[in-house]
Amino acid sequence: MNTKVTIAGVEFKNPVMTGSGTFGSGMEYGEFVDLNRLGAVVTKGVANVPWEGNPTPRVAEVYGGMLNAIGLQNPGVDVLIERDLPFIKQYDTKIIVNVCGKTVEDYIEVVEKLADKEADMLEINVSCPNVKEGAIAFGQKADSLFAITSRIKKAAKQPIIMKLSPNVTDITEMAKAAEAAGSDAISLINTLTGMKIDINKRAFVLANKTGGLSGPAVKPVAVRMVYQCAQAVKIPIIGMGGIANAEDALEFIMAGATAVAVGAMNFVNPYTTVEVADGIEAFMKEKQVEDIQELIGCVK
Amino acid sequence: MAQKKKVSAVITAHKEIAPNIFDMWMRTELAGEAKAGQFIAVYPKNASTLLPRPISICEVDEKRESLRIVYRIAGKGTKEFSTYQEGESIAILGILGNGFPMEAGFVTKIFLMGGGIGIPPMLELAKELSDHAANTGSGKPEINIILGYRDSKLFLKEDLEKYGNVFVATEDGSTGTKGNVMDAVRENDLHADVIFSCGPMPMLRAIKNYAKEQGIPAYISLEERMACGVGACLGCVCKTKNTDHHSHVNNARICTDGPVFEADEVEI
Repeated sequence: MNTKVTIAGVEFKNPVMTGSGTFGSGMEYGEFVDLNRLGAVVTKGVANVPWEGNPTPRVAEVYGGMLNAIGLQNPGVDVLIERDLPFIKQYDTKIIVNVCGKTVEDYIEVVEKLADKEADMLEINVSCPNVKEGAIAFGQKADSLFAITSRIKKAAKQPIIMKLSPNVTDITEMAKAAEAAGSDAISLINTLTGMKIDINKRAFVLANKTGGLSGPAVKPVAVRMVYQCAQAVKIPIIGMGGIANAEDALEFIMAGATAVAVGAMNFVNPYTTVEVADGIEAFMKEKQVEDIQELIGCVK
Repeated sequence: MAQKKKVSAVITAHKEIAPNIFDMWMRTELAGEAKAGQFIAVYPKNASTLLPRPISICEVDEKRESLRIVYRIAGKGTKEFSTYQEGESIAILGILGNGFPMEAGFVTKIFLMGGGIGIPPMLELAKELSDHAANTGSGKPEINIILGYRDSKLFLKEDLEKYGNVFVATEDGSTGTKGNVMDAVRENDLHADVIFSCGPMPMLRAIKNYAKEQGIPAYISLEERMACGVGACLGCVCKTKNTDHHSHVNNARICTDGPVFEADEVEI
Protein backbone atom coordinates (compact mmCIF):
# COMPACT_ATOMS: atom_id res chain seq x y z
CA MET A 1 0.00 0.00 0.00
CA ASN A 2 1.39 3.42 -0.92
CA THR A 3 0.57 6.47 1.21
CA LYS A 4 3.41 8.59 -0.15
CA VAL A 5 2.55 11.84 -1.88
CA THR A 6 4.78 14.22 -3.83
CA ILE A 7 4.42 17.99 -3.99
CA ALA A 8 6.79 20.01 -6.18
CA GLY A 9 9.30 17.17 -6.15
CA VAL A 10 9.26 16.80 -2.36
CA GLU A 11 8.15 13.36 -1.24
CA PHE A 12 6.09 13.01 1.95
CA LYS A 13 5.74 9.60 3.62
CA ASN A 14 2.04 10.25 4.10
CA PRO A 15 -0.30 13.15 3.42
CA VAL A 16 -0.67 14.23 7.07
CA MET A 17 0.84 17.56 8.10
CA THR A 18 0.30 20.06 10.88
CA GLY A 19 -1.51 23.35 10.49
CA SER A 20 0.81 26.31 10.92
CA GLY A 21 0.45 27.96 14.32
CA THR A 22 -1.23 25.00 15.95
CA PHE A 23 1.84 22.85 16.50
CA GLY A 24 4.59 25.28 17.50
CA SER A 25 7.72 23.85 15.95
CA GLY A 26 6.85 20.32 16.96
CA MET A 27 8.54 20.45 20.35
CA GLU A 28 5.38 20.74 22.44
CA TYR A 29 3.43 17.98 20.66
CA GLY A 30 6.52 15.79 20.35
CA GLU A 31 5.61 14.79 23.92
CA PHE A 32 2.35 13.30 22.65
CA VAL A 33 3.02 12.00 19.15
CA ASP A 34 5.96 10.45 17.32
CA LEU A 35 6.91 13.16 14.83
CA ASN A 36 8.44 10.43 12.63
CA ARG A 37 4.89 9.42 11.80
CA LEU A 38 4.00 12.73 10.15
CA GLY A 39 4.29 13.63 6.48
CA ALA A 40 5.53 17.06 7.50
CA VAL A 41 5.74 19.47 10.40
CA VAL A 42 4.57 22.92 9.32
CA THR A 43 6.01 25.47 11.71
CA LYS A 44 4.39 28.51 13.30
CA GLY A 45 4.80 31.54 11.02
CA VAL A 46 8.08 33.41 11.33
CA ALA A 47 8.98 36.93 10.29
CA ASN A 48 12.36 38.57 9.76
CA VAL A 49 12.31 39.91 13.34
CA PRO A 50 10.47 38.83 16.52
CA TRP A 51 6.80 39.87 16.73
CA GLU A 52 4.95 40.54 20.00
CA GLY A 53 1.54 39.51 18.69
CA ASN A 54 -1.79 40.84 19.95
CA PRO A 55 -3.00 41.64 23.49
CA THR A 56 -4.95 38.99 25.41
CA PRO A 57 -7.54 37.49 25.42
CA ARG A 58 -6.32 35.94 22.20
CA VAL A 59 -8.55 32.87 22.08
CA ALA A 60 -12.24 32.17 22.53
CA GLU A 61 -14.28 29.03 22.18
CA VAL A 62 -17.32 29.09 19.92
CA TYR A 63 -19.80 26.40 18.94
CA GLY A 64 -17.81 23.57 17.35
CA GLY A 65 -14.70 25.67 16.98
CA MET A 66 -12.58 28.48 18.29
CA LEU A 67 -11.52 32.00 17.44
CA ASN A 68 -7.91 33.05 17.68
CA ALA A 69 -6.22 36.39 17.34
CA ILE A 70 -2.67 35.54 18.33
CA GLY A 71 -1.38 38.11 15.85
CA LEU A 72 1.53 35.98 14.61
CA GLN A 73 3.66 36.27 17.72
CA ASN A 74 6.97 34.71 16.73
CA PRO A 75 10.63 34.74 17.79
CA GLY A 76 11.92 35.64 14.34
CA VAL A 77 13.58 33.53 11.67
CA ASP A 78 17.02 33.49 13.32
CA VAL A 79 15.67 31.65 16.37
CA LEU A 80 13.78 29.26 14.12
CA ILE A 81 17.01 28.47 12.28
CA GLU A 82 19.11 28.05 15.43
CA ARG A 83 16.63 26.32 17.71
CA ASP A 84 13.62 24.89 15.91
CA LEU A 85 14.93 23.51 12.62
CA PRO A 86 17.66 21.39 14.30
CA PHE A 87 14.98 20.01 16.64
CA ILE A 88 12.66 18.90 13.83
CA LYS A 89 15.60 17.63 11.79
CA GLN A 90 16.14 14.89 14.38
CA TYR A 91 12.99 13.26 13.04
CA ASP A 92 12.29 11.52 9.78
CA THR A 93 9.69 14.00 8.58
CA LYS A 94 9.65 16.88 6.15
CA ILE A 95 9.87 20.51 7.30
CA ILE A 96 7.67 23.25 5.91
CA VAL A 97 8.41 26.70 7.28
CA ASN A 98 5.53 29.15 7.36
CA VAL A 99 6.66 32.68 6.52
CA CYS A 100 4.94 35.97 7.40
CA GLY A 101 5.79 39.62 6.97
CA LYS A 102 4.52 43.17 7.02
CA THR A 103 6.10 44.12 3.69
CA VAL A 104 7.22 42.15 0.64
CA GLU A 105 10.79 42.89 1.71
CA ASP A 106 10.14 41.22 5.09
CA TYR A 107 8.99 38.03 3.39
CA ILE A 108 11.97 38.08 1.03
CA GLU A 109 14.42 38.55 3.90
CA VAL A 110 13.02 35.44 5.63
CA VAL A 111 12.95 33.40 2.44
CA GLU A 112 16.56 34.32 1.65
CA LYS A 113 17.74 33.47 5.15
CA LEU A 114 16.15 30.05 4.78
CA ALA A 115 17.69 29.38 1.36
CA ASP A 116 20.49 27.09 2.55
CA LYS A 117 18.67 25.83 5.65
CA GLU A 118 16.93 22.57 6.46
CA ALA A 119 13.49 23.50 5.15
CA ASP A 120 11.92 21.36 2.44
CA MET A 121 9.25 23.85 1.46
CA LEU A 122 8.08 27.33 2.41
CA GLU A 123 4.46 28.15 3.10
CA ILE A 124 3.78 31.83 2.54
CA ASN A 125 1.18 33.29 4.88
CA VAL A 126 -0.74 35.95 2.97
CA SER A 127 -3.96 35.13 4.78
CA CYS A 128 -3.70 35.72 8.52
CA PRO A 129 -6.75 37.84 9.45
CA ASN A 130 -5.32 39.05 12.76
CA VAL A 131 -2.59 41.48 11.81
CA LYS A 132 -3.17 44.89 10.33
CA GLU A 133 -0.17 45.19 8.06
CA GLY A 134 0.94 42.57 5.56
CA ALA A 135 -0.43 39.04 5.68
CA ILE A 136 -4.06 39.14 4.55
CA ALA A 137 -3.58 42.52 2.88
CA PHE A 138 -1.63 40.65 0.20
CA GLY A 139 -4.03 37.74 -0.04
CA GLN A 140 -7.43 39.26 -0.67
CA LYS A 141 -6.89 40.71 -4.13
CA ALA A 142 -5.78 38.61 -7.08
CA ASP A 143 -3.40 41.23 -8.50
CA SER A 144 -1.60 41.86 -5.19
CA LEU A 145 -1.39 38.11 -4.56
CA PHE A 146 0.09 37.64 -8.04
CA ALA A 147 2.66 40.38 -7.40
CA ILE A 148 3.89 39.10 -4.04
CA THR A 149 3.91 35.49 -5.20
CA SER A 150 6.07 36.38 -8.22
CA ARG A 151 8.60 38.21 -6.08
CA ILE A 152 8.81 35.52 -3.42
CA LYS A 153 9.06 32.76 -6.00
CA LYS A 154 12.06 34.51 -7.55
CA ALA A 155 13.76 34.86 -4.17
CA ALA A 156 12.98 31.39 -2.80
CA LYS A 157 15.30 28.44 -3.18
CA GLN A 158 12.73 25.95 -1.90
CA PRO A 159 9.36 25.33 -3.54
CA ILE A 160 6.66 27.66 -2.21
CA ILE A 161 3.09 27.12 -1.08
CA MET A 162 0.84 30.17 -1.03
CA LYS A 163 -1.62 29.84 1.88
CA LEU A 164 -4.98 31.23 0.83
CA SER A 165 -7.62 33.09 2.79
CA PRO A 166 -11.26 32.02 2.67
CA ASN A 167 -12.26 35.64 3.36
CA VAL A 168 -12.68 36.42 -0.34
CA THR A 169 -15.53 36.48 -2.82
CA ASP A 170 -14.08 33.80 -5.08
CA ILE A 171 -11.18 31.73 -3.81
CA THR A 172 -10.52 30.22 -7.25
CA GLU A 173 -9.41 33.67 -8.46
CA MET A 174 -6.76 33.64 -5.74
CA ALA A 175 -5.73 30.08 -6.55
CA LYS A 176 -5.34 30.97 -10.22
CA ALA A 177 -3.32 34.09 -9.39
CA ALA A 178 -0.96 32.07 -7.20
CA GLU A 179 -0.54 29.43 -9.89
CA ALA A 180 0.02 32.01 -12.64
CA ALA A 181 2.70 33.70 -10.51
CA GLY A 182 4.61 30.47 -10.16
CA SER A 183 3.53 29.12 -6.77
CA ASP A 184 4.40 25.43 -6.57
CA ALA A 185 1.34 24.56 -4.50
CA ILE A 186 -1.43 26.20 -2.49
CA SER A 187 -2.76 25.50 0.97
CA LEU A 188 -6.26 26.33 2.18
CA ILE A 189 -8.11 27.39 4.14
CA ASN A 190 -6.66 29.85 6.62
CA THR A 191 -9.19 30.89 9.27
CA LEU A 192 -12.51 32.63 8.63
CA THR A 193 -12.79 36.04 10.26
CA GLY A 194 -15.24 35.86 13.14
CA MET A 195 -16.36 37.65 16.29
CA LYS A 196 -17.72 36.77 19.72
CA ILE A 197 -19.45 39.09 22.14
CA ASP A 198 -19.74 38.63 25.89
CA ILE A 199 -23.34 39.69 26.55
CA ASN A 200 -22.80 40.07 30.31
CA LYS A 201 -19.87 42.42 29.90
CA ARG A 202 -21.30 43.98 26.70
CA ALA A 203 -17.83 43.65 25.21
CA PHE A 204 -15.84 41.73 22.62
CA VAL A 205 -14.34 38.54 24.02
CA LEU A 206 -11.12 38.97 22.05
CA ALA A 207 -8.91 42.00 22.67
CA ASN A 208 -8.52 42.20 18.88
CA LYS A 209 -12.35 42.28 18.51
CA THR A 210 -12.18 39.83 15.59
CA GLY A 211 -10.40 36.51 15.33
CA GLY A 212 -9.94 33.61 12.95
CA LEU A 213 -12.49 30.81 13.19
CA SER A 214 -11.14 27.27 13.02
CA GLY A 215 -12.20 23.81 14.13
CA PRO A 216 -14.90 21.41 12.93
CA ALA A 217 -17.33 24.31 12.40
CA VAL A 218 -15.41 25.43 9.28
CA LYS A 219 -14.86 22.03 7.68
CA PRO A 220 -17.69 22.00 5.11
CA VAL A 221 -16.61 25.44 3.86
CA ALA A 222 -13.01 24.27 3.60
CA VAL A 223 -13.90 21.08 1.72
CA ARG A 224 -15.99 23.08 -0.74
CA MET A 225 -13.15 25.55 -1.33
CA VAL A 226 -10.59 22.78 -1.82
CA TYR A 227 -12.89 21.18 -4.35
CA GLN A 228 -13.39 24.48 -6.22
CA CYS A 229 -9.65 25.18 -6.33
CA ALA A 230 -8.90 21.64 -7.45
CA GLN A 231 -11.16 22.25 -10.44
CA ALA A 232 -9.52 25.62 -11.14
CA VAL A 233 -5.76 24.93 -10.91
CA LYS A 234 -3.30 22.15 -11.70
CA ILE A 235 -0.81 22.78 -8.85
CA PRO A 236 -1.15 20.52 -5.77
CA ILE A 237 -3.38 21.56 -2.87
CA ILE A 238 -2.82 21.07 0.86
CA GLY A 239 -6.28 21.02 2.45
CA MET A 240 -7.13 22.02 5.99
CA GLY A 241 -9.99 23.28 8.12
CA GLY A 242 -11.39 21.42 11.12
CA ILE A 243 -9.87 18.01 10.41
CA ALA A 244 -10.53 15.86 13.48
CA ASN A 245 -10.17 12.33 12.13
CA ALA A 246 -9.37 10.23 9.08
CA GLU A 247 -12.87 10.57 7.66
CA ASP A 248 -12.48 14.35 7.60
CA ALA A 249 -9.03 14.08 6.02
CA LEU A 250 -10.34 11.71 3.34
CA GLU A 251 -13.09 14.19 2.45
CA PHE A 252 -10.39 16.78 1.69
CA ILE A 253 -8.33 14.25 -0.27
CA MET A 254 -11.30 13.12 -2.33
CA ALA A 255 -12.17 16.78 -2.95
CA GLY A 256 -8.73 17.21 -4.49
CA ALA A 257 -6.16 17.76 -1.74
CA THR A 258 -2.83 15.98 -2.21
CA ALA A 259 -2.07 16.46 1.49
CA VAL A 260 -3.96 17.60 4.56
CA ALA A 261 -3.13 19.48 7.74
CA VAL A 262 -4.50 19.06 11.25
CA GLY A 263 -4.90 22.41 12.99
CA ALA A 264 -7.14 23.40 15.88
CA MET A 265 -7.97 19.79 16.69
CA ASN A 266 -4.42 19.31 17.99
CA PHE A 267 -5.60 21.41 20.94
CA VAL A 268 -8.55 19.13 21.53
CA ASN A 269 -6.85 15.80 20.98
CA PRO A 270 -3.06 16.04 20.91
CA TYR A 271 -2.88 12.63 19.18
CA THR A 272 -5.04 13.69 16.20
CA THR A 273 -2.25 13.81 13.59
CA VAL A 274 -1.14 10.22 14.12
CA GLU A 275 -4.72 8.99 14.47
CA VAL A 276 -5.50 10.56 11.08
CA ALA A 277 -2.46 8.90 9.48
CA ASP A 278 -3.44 5.51 10.96
CA GLY A 279 -7.06 5.99 9.97
CA ILE A 280 -6.22 6.74 6.34
CA GLU A 281 -4.19 3.53 6.16
CA ALA A 282 -6.99 1.54 7.77
CA PHE A 283 -9.48 2.97 5.28
CA MET A 284 -7.23 2.11 2.34
CA LYS A 285 -6.76 -1.42 3.64
CA GLU A 286 -10.48 -1.90 4.19
CA LYS A 287 -11.38 -0.54 0.74
CA GLN A 288 -8.41 -2.28 -0.91
CA VAL A 289 -6.93 0.95 -2.18
CA GLU A 290 -3.37 0.23 -3.32
CA ASP A 291 -2.23 3.79 -3.82
CA ILE A 292 -3.46 7.00 -2.22
CA GLN A 293 -3.27 8.62 -5.67
CA GLU A 294 -6.50 6.74 -6.47
CA LEU A 295 -8.27 8.83 -3.83
CA ILE A 296 -6.89 12.30 -4.56
CA GLY A 297 -9.62 14.25 -6.30
CA CYS A 298 -11.64 11.10 -7.00
CA VAL A 299 -14.91 12.94 -6.39
CA LYS A 300 -15.61 15.24 -9.34
CA MET B 1 9.49 16.96 33.91
CA ALA B 2 7.02 14.16 33.53
CA GLN B 3 5.50 13.48 30.16
CA LYS B 4 2.18 15.18 29.53
CA LYS B 5 -0.70 12.92 28.60
CA LYS B 6 -4.38 12.93 27.79
CA VAL B 7 -5.93 10.22 29.94
CA SER B 8 -9.20 9.02 31.36
CA ALA B 9 -9.87 9.66 35.06
CA VAL B 10 -12.66 8.31 37.28
CA ILE B 11 -14.60 10.61 39.57
CA THR B 12 -14.57 9.22 43.10
CA ALA B 13 -16.32 12.07 44.94
CA HIS B 14 -18.13 15.17 43.80
CA LYS B 15 -20.16 17.73 45.71
CA GLU B 16 -21.10 21.39 45.84
CA ILE B 17 -19.28 23.03 48.77
CA ALA B 18 -20.48 26.62 48.31
CA PRO B 19 -22.90 28.17 45.82
CA ASN B 20 -21.59 27.23 42.34
CA ILE B 21 -18.31 25.93 43.82
CA PHE B 22 -17.72 22.20 43.28
CA ASP B 23 -15.27 19.81 44.91
CA MET B 24 -14.21 16.81 42.82
CA TRP B 25 -11.84 13.94 43.58
CA MET B 26 -10.71 11.80 40.66
CA ARG B 27 -8.55 8.71 40.37
CA THR B 28 -5.88 9.10 37.70
CA GLU B 29 -2.46 7.72 36.80
CA LEU B 30 -1.26 11.33 36.59
CA ALA B 31 -1.68 11.96 40.34
CA GLY B 32 1.85 10.89 41.24
CA GLU B 33 3.32 13.54 38.95
CA ALA B 34 1.37 16.49 40.30
CA LYS B 35 2.57 19.21 42.63
CA ALA B 36 1.22 22.41 44.11
CA GLY B 37 0.45 25.17 41.63
CA GLN B 38 0.19 22.91 38.60
CA PHE B 39 -3.06 22.28 36.76
CA ILE B 40 -4.96 19.87 34.61
CA ALA B 41 -7.25 20.59 31.68
CA VAL B 42 -10.64 18.88 31.80
CA TYR B 43 -12.52 18.09 28.59
CA PRO B 44 -16.25 18.68 28.35
CA LYS B 45 -18.11 15.72 26.79
CA ASN B 46 -20.33 17.92 24.64
CA ALA B 47 -18.51 17.94 21.29
CA SER B 48 -19.57 21.53 20.55
CA THR B 49 -17.43 22.71 23.48
CA LEU B 50 -14.07 21.61 22.15
CA LEU B 51 -11.41 23.02 24.36
CA PRO B 52 -10.30 21.55 27.67
CA ARG B 53 -10.82 23.76 30.76
CA PRO B 54 -7.69 24.56 32.78
CA ILE B 55 -8.34 23.91 36.48
CA SER B 56 -5.79 24.14 39.27
CA ILE B 57 -4.89 21.17 41.41
CA CYS B 58 -6.27 21.58 44.94
CA GLU B 59 -4.90 18.45 46.53
CA VAL B 60 -2.90 15.37 45.59
CA ASP B 61 -3.31 11.97 47.22
CA GLU B 62 -0.48 9.94 45.76
CA LYS B 63 -1.35 6.76 47.72
CA ARG B 64 -4.85 6.68 46.30
CA GLU B 65 -3.63 7.89 42.87
CA SER B 66 -6.08 10.74 43.21
CA LEU B 67 -6.34 14.43 42.44
CA ARG B 68 -8.76 16.96 43.88
CA ILE B 69 -10.00 19.98 41.99
CA VAL B 70 -12.27 22.69 43.33
CA TYR B 71 -13.82 24.74 40.55
CA ARG B 72 -16.48 27.39 40.05
CA ILE B 73 -19.18 27.25 37.39
CA ALA B 74 -17.97 29.92 34.97
CA GLY B 75 -19.54 28.86 31.68
CA LYS B 76 -20.84 25.98 29.57
CA GLY B 77 -17.97 23.60 30.25
CA THR B 78 -17.87 23.90 34.04
CA LYS B 79 -21.69 23.85 34.10
CA GLU B 80 -21.50 20.46 32.40
CA PHE B 81 -18.81 19.25 34.84
CA SER B 82 -21.09 20.12 37.75
CA THR B 83 -23.59 17.46 36.59
CA TYR B 84 -21.06 14.61 36.68
CA GLN B 85 -21.70 11.75 39.08
CA GLU B 86 -19.33 9.64 41.13
CA GLY B 87 -18.05 6.70 39.07
CA GLU B 88 -18.19 8.66 35.82
CA SER B 89 -15.10 8.85 33.59
CA ILE B 90 -13.71 12.13 32.32
CA ALA B 91 -10.88 12.97 29.93
CA ILE B 92 -8.10 15.14 31.33
CA LEU B 93 -4.84 16.53 30.03
CA GLY B 94 -1.94 16.87 32.42
CA ILE B 95 0.05 17.50 34.37
CA LEU B 96 0.42 21.08 33.12
CA GLY B 97 2.32 24.17 34.22
CA ASN B 98 5.33 24.81 36.43
CA GLY B 99 3.89 24.89 39.95
CA PHE B 100 5.05 26.92 42.94
CA PRO B 101 8.81 26.93 43.63
CA MET B 102 8.89 25.02 46.91
CA GLU B 103 12.46 25.98 47.76
CA ALA B 104 11.36 29.63 47.99
CA GLY B 105 9.13 28.55 50.86
CA PHE B 106 11.94 27.20 53.03
CA VAL B 107 11.90 30.31 55.19
CA THR B 108 10.43 31.12 58.57
CA LYS B 109 7.37 33.20 57.73
CA ILE B 110 5.13 32.46 54.78
CA PHE B 111 1.95 34.04 53.45
CA LEU B 112 -0.36 31.91 51.38
CA MET B 113 -2.91 34.28 49.88
CA GLY B 114 -5.90 33.01 47.96
CA GLY B 115 -8.81 34.96 46.57
CA GLY B 116 -12.07 33.32 45.47
CA ILE B 117 -11.45 30.43 43.10
CA GLY B 118 -7.73 31.14 43.55
CA ILE B 119 -7.96 29.53 46.99
CA PRO B 120 -7.84 25.83 45.93
CA PRO B 121 -4.14 25.63 44.89
CA MET B 122 -3.19 27.02 48.32
CA LEU B 123 -4.27 23.76 49.96
CA GLU B 124 -1.76 21.46 48.26
CA LEU B 125 0.90 24.12 48.69
CA ALA B 126 0.21 24.40 52.44
CA LYS B 127 0.34 20.64 52.70
CA GLU B 128 3.63 20.33 50.81
CA LEU B 129 5.27 23.11 52.82
CA SER B 130 4.17 21.48 56.10
CA ASP B 131 5.31 18.05 54.91
CA HIS B 132 8.69 19.41 53.92
CA ALA B 133 9.20 20.88 57.40
CA ALA B 134 8.16 17.59 59.02
CA ASN B 135 10.27 15.40 56.71
CA THR B 136 13.45 17.40 56.94
CA GLY B 137 13.14 18.17 60.64
CA SER B 138 13.68 21.81 59.80
CA GLY B 139 11.86 24.21 62.09
CA LYS B 140 8.18 24.46 61.27
CA PRO B 141 7.63 27.72 59.41
CA GLU B 142 4.92 30.15 60.43
CA ILE B 143 2.34 29.74 57.69
CA ASN B 144 -0.28 32.47 57.61
CA ILE B 145 -3.05 31.67 55.18
CA ILE B 146 -5.08 34.69 54.16
CA LEU B 147 -8.26 33.99 52.24
CA GLY B 148 -10.52 36.41 50.41
CA TYR B 149 -14.17 35.57 49.76
CA ARG B 150 -17.18 37.51 48.48
CA ASP B 151 -19.33 36.69 51.49
CA SER B 152 -19.78 34.26 54.37
CA LYS B 153 -20.17 31.25 52.02
CA LEU B 154 -16.63 30.07 52.81
CA PHE B 155 -14.99 26.97 51.31
CA LEU B 156 -11.76 25.04 52.01
CA LYS B 157 -11.21 27.06 55.20
CA GLU B 158 -11.29 24.01 57.47
CA ASP B 159 -9.00 22.04 55.17
CA LEU B 160 -6.47 24.87 55.28
CA GLU B 161 -6.65 25.28 59.07
CA LYS B 162 -4.78 21.95 59.40
CA TYR B 163 -1.66 23.58 57.96
CA GLY B 164 -1.52 27.13 59.25
CA ASN B 165 -3.21 30.14 60.81
CA VAL B 166 -6.16 31.09 58.65
CA PHE B 167 -7.35 34.70 58.31
CA VAL B 168 -10.46 35.55 56.36
CA ALA B 169 -11.51 38.70 54.53
CA THR B 170 -14.94 39.09 52.93
CA GLU B 171 -16.06 41.78 50.53
CA ASP B 172 -19.32 42.27 52.40
CA GLY B 173 -17.72 42.05 55.84
CA SER B 174 -19.99 39.19 56.91
CA THR B 175 -17.01 37.12 58.13
CA GLY B 176 -13.53 38.20 59.23
CA THR B 177 -12.05 41.43 57.98
CA LYS B 178 -14.27 43.55 55.75
CA GLY B 179 -12.37 44.09 52.53
CA ASN B 180 -9.68 42.11 50.77
CA VAL B 181 -6.72 39.97 51.73
CA MET B 182 -4.43 43.01 52.08
CA ASP B 183 -6.89 44.53 54.57
CA ALA B 184 -6.68 41.29 56.58
CA VAL B 185 -2.88 41.45 56.58
CA ARG B 186 -2.95 45.00 57.94
CA GLU B 187 -5.72 44.39 60.47
CA ASN B 188 -3.90 41.39 61.93
CA ASP B 189 -0.43 42.98 61.68
CA LEU B 190 0.98 40.00 59.79
CA HIS B 191 4.47 39.78 58.28
CA ALA B 192 6.21 37.36 55.92
CA ASP B 193 9.49 36.54 54.19
CA VAL B 194 7.74 35.23 51.07
CA ILE B 195 4.28 35.29 49.52
CA PHE B 196 2.56 32.63 47.42
CA SER B 197 -0.69 33.72 45.86
CA CYS B 198 -3.50 32.96 43.45
CA GLY B 199 -6.59 35.03 42.83
CA PRO B 200 -8.17 37.78 40.77
CA MET B 201 -5.94 40.30 38.99
CA PRO B 202 -6.64 43.33 41.27
CA MET B 203 -5.63 41.22 44.26
CA LEU B 204 -2.44 40.04 42.53
CA ARG B 205 -1.56 43.63 41.63
CA ALA B 206 -2.01 44.70 45.26
CA ILE B 207 0.18 41.82 46.40
CA LYS B 208 2.86 42.67 43.85
CA ASN B 209 2.97 46.24 45.19
CA TYR B 210 2.97 45.11 48.81
CA ALA B 211 5.81 42.65 48.18
CA LYS B 212 7.84 45.39 46.52
CA GLU B 213 7.29 47.75 49.46
CA GLN B 214 8.31 45.01 51.89
CA GLY B 215 11.27 43.90 49.79
CA ILE B 216 10.11 40.27 49.76
CA PRO B 217 9.50 37.89 46.85
CA ALA B 218 5.94 37.09 45.79
CA TYR B 219 5.03 34.14 43.58
CA ILE B 220 1.70 34.63 41.85
CA SER B 221 -0.35 32.20 39.80
CA LEU B 222 -1.92 33.76 36.70
CA GLU B 223 -4.97 32.84 34.67
CA GLU B 224 -5.81 33.44 31.00
CA ARG B 225 -8.03 31.93 28.33
CA MET B 226 -6.17 28.92 26.95
CA ALA B 227 -6.51 26.70 23.93
CA CYS B 228 -3.78 24.03 23.79
CA GLY B 229 -2.53 24.17 27.40
CA VAL B 230 0.87 22.84 26.34
CA GLY B 231 2.69 25.89 25.00
CA ALA B 232 2.03 25.51 21.28
CA CYS B 233 -0.71 27.98 20.43
CA LEU B 234 0.56 31.13 22.21
CA GLY B 235 -3.00 31.98 23.26
CA CYS B 236 -2.39 32.49 26.98
CA VAL B 237 0.57 34.83 27.23
CA CYS B 238 1.36 37.47 29.85
CA LYS B 239 3.66 40.45 29.52
CA THR B 240 7.12 40.00 31.01
CA LYS B 241 9.57 42.58 32.30
CA ASN B 242 12.46 41.09 30.36
CA THR B 243 12.64 39.32 27.01
CA ASP B 244 11.31 35.81 27.49
CA HIS B 245 13.78 32.99 26.82
CA HIS B 246 11.35 31.06 24.62
CA SER B 247 9.35 33.72 22.76
CA HIS B 248 12.24 36.18 22.33
CA VAL B 249 9.68 38.95 22.94
CA ASN B 250 8.20 40.22 26.22
CA ASN B 251 5.58 37.47 26.42
CA ALA B 252 5.65 34.30 28.49
CA ARG B 253 3.24 31.38 28.06
CA ILE B 254 1.09 31.09 31.18
CA CYS B 255 0.31 27.42 30.52
CA THR B 256 3.93 26.31 30.19
CA ASP B 257 6.31 28.96 31.57
CA GLY B 258 3.71 29.62 34.31
CA PRO B 259 1.11 29.70 35.66
CA VAL B 260 3.34 30.72 38.60
CA PHE B 261 5.61 33.71 38.10
CA GLU B 262 7.71 35.84 40.39
CA ALA B 263 5.53 38.96 40.59
CA ASP B 264 8.40 41.24 39.72
CA GLU B 265 9.00 39.41 36.42
CA VAL B 266 5.54 40.03 34.95
CA GLU B 267 3.65 43.17 33.98
CA ILE B 268 0.16 42.82 35.43
